[in-house]
Amino acid sequence: MTALDVRDVRFSYGEKEALKSVSFSLEPGRFCALLGPNGAGKSTLFALMTRLLVTGEGRITIAGHDIARAPRAALAAIGVVFQQPTLDLDMTVTRNMRYFAALHGISGRDAQARIDAALDRLSMRERADEKVRALNGGHRRRMEIARALIHQPRLLLLDEPTVGLDTASRRAITDHVHELATGGLTVFWATHLVDEITPEDEVVVLHRGEVLAQDSARSIAGGQSLTDAFMAMTGAEA
Amino acid sequence: MSAYLIVMGAIISREMQRFLNQRGRFFAALVRPLVWLLVFAAGFRAALGLSIIPPYQTYITYEVYIVPGLCGMIQLFNGMQSSLSLVYDQEMGSMRLLLTSPMPRWWLLLSKLAAGVAVSLLQVYVFLAIAAALGIDMPLAGYALALPALIVSGLMLGALGLLLSSYVKQLENFAGVMNFVIFPMFFLSSALYPLWKMAESSALLRDICAFNPFTHAVELIRFALYGQFNGLALAVVCGGFAVFFLLAVRGYDPARGLAKRRHSG
Repeated sequence: MTALDVRDVRFSYGEKEALKSVSFSLEPGRFCALLGPNGAGKSTLFALMTRLLVTGEGRITIAGHDIARAPRAALAAIGVVFQQPTLDLDMTVTRNMRYFAALHGISGRDAQARIDAALDRLSMRERADEKVRALNGGHRRRMEIARALIHQPRLLLLDEPTVGLDTASRRAITDHVHELATGGLTVFWATHLVDEITPEDEVVVLHRGEVLAQDSARSIAGGQSLTDAFMAMTGAEA
Repeated sequence: MSAYLIVMGAIISREMQRFLNQRGRFFAALVRPLVWLLVFAAGFRAALGLSIIPPYQTYITYEVYIVPGLCGMIQLFNGMQSSLSLVYDQEMGSMRLLLTSPMPRWWLLLSKLAAGVAVSLLQVYVFLAIAAALGIDMPLAGYALALPALIVSGLMLGALGLLLSSYVKQLENFAGVMNFVIFPMFFLSSALYPLWKMAESSALLRDICAFNPFTHAVELIRFALYGQFNGLALAVVCGGFAVFFLLAVRGYDPARGLAKRRHSG
């Protein structure tokens, strides 16, 4: 079963066409980057995949569940890290995580066990009772990623998760999420930064609402650097 | 525990904690009705003669008269404040977190409403306790009997706030909401003056007040505080809640136009 299948999806904001018949699919256990310059339609596609927006044209299937017909099963199968932080800064790390677990119907000891495990993976257990405001940007982001995995989704969606982070934090988070994919999770990572992609990663290149290519980063690069290949595909806008 | 209740419990506890963390908001929520009670009512007491009208069985002072209206005012402001925080949440992203929960969207919105009502109940009872300490008290049983009335009126006023938040896209537009929703609703109601008093100056104004659902919320609370049941008020408040909530759910439906416009920025 594919982890994510997007078929002939179109979407317009009034007159402006944001996505023009977008189609691609992801196999389970892969790290796939959605690479596109600003304004390519990445955030619109994410909003459609998370049902913040709905379109009448095309079909999005997540772990076998059509998001239009079975939205609850589809949403239960995804973990999302939005571009904008969605943490309560004046609440503790644990409380933020408990709130999220509850939104997925998980509470009590089960929730606590999952939260402890998530914090252990990040080596953040000792900071569980600190307010999120006390954490730096990198730790906040790692925490959001850990939170998105509490309900054990099949697909992890990240919309430009390294925006605003310093180089070291960016590297740490990129490596961490690549490891998650090695562990069997399907990762779909939107970015306009080519250096976050390794040659083995799958890449979907989105430009002006259209998929220009889907292949491994190595194949798309075709002997040159991925940056050059990407710039050649999208004009000089990268 | 069912997943539905887990979600609702978490949303209520988050809102409560946020409210208790914001000491300024708690303070403002109490000062506003207390100023009305202690300053405005003291000045008006001499100017305004009140006759005996249901549910009262004896002459009452003006301070006693406006207590139910001020309870309603607390809930009205709280409903708008919750709606303001929803608009803020939409801008800041935490609304997205909520809306990507696999629970049905109407349940998520109802849970948000329940959270707002819980916060307003806390404010109302602290206000009633301060009023009682100042000698403006109600029959003891009335405090308990008012609880269901306050829940229903809180739901209606919260649903109105929710509805507004689904149509008002930016925080800046909220000043307009204050001017065009809160003030007319409060002043054109039975919160400050009984309807017969309004009729003395203008029959039209009286009719507008009688039509205003906030009037019925205030009367429902007023009657309940004196152990009496006001069927018409309950019907109007429940009807208002149903209409406002259904329209709000419609406003938050991703398949409709509103969400599209909000994302287009």
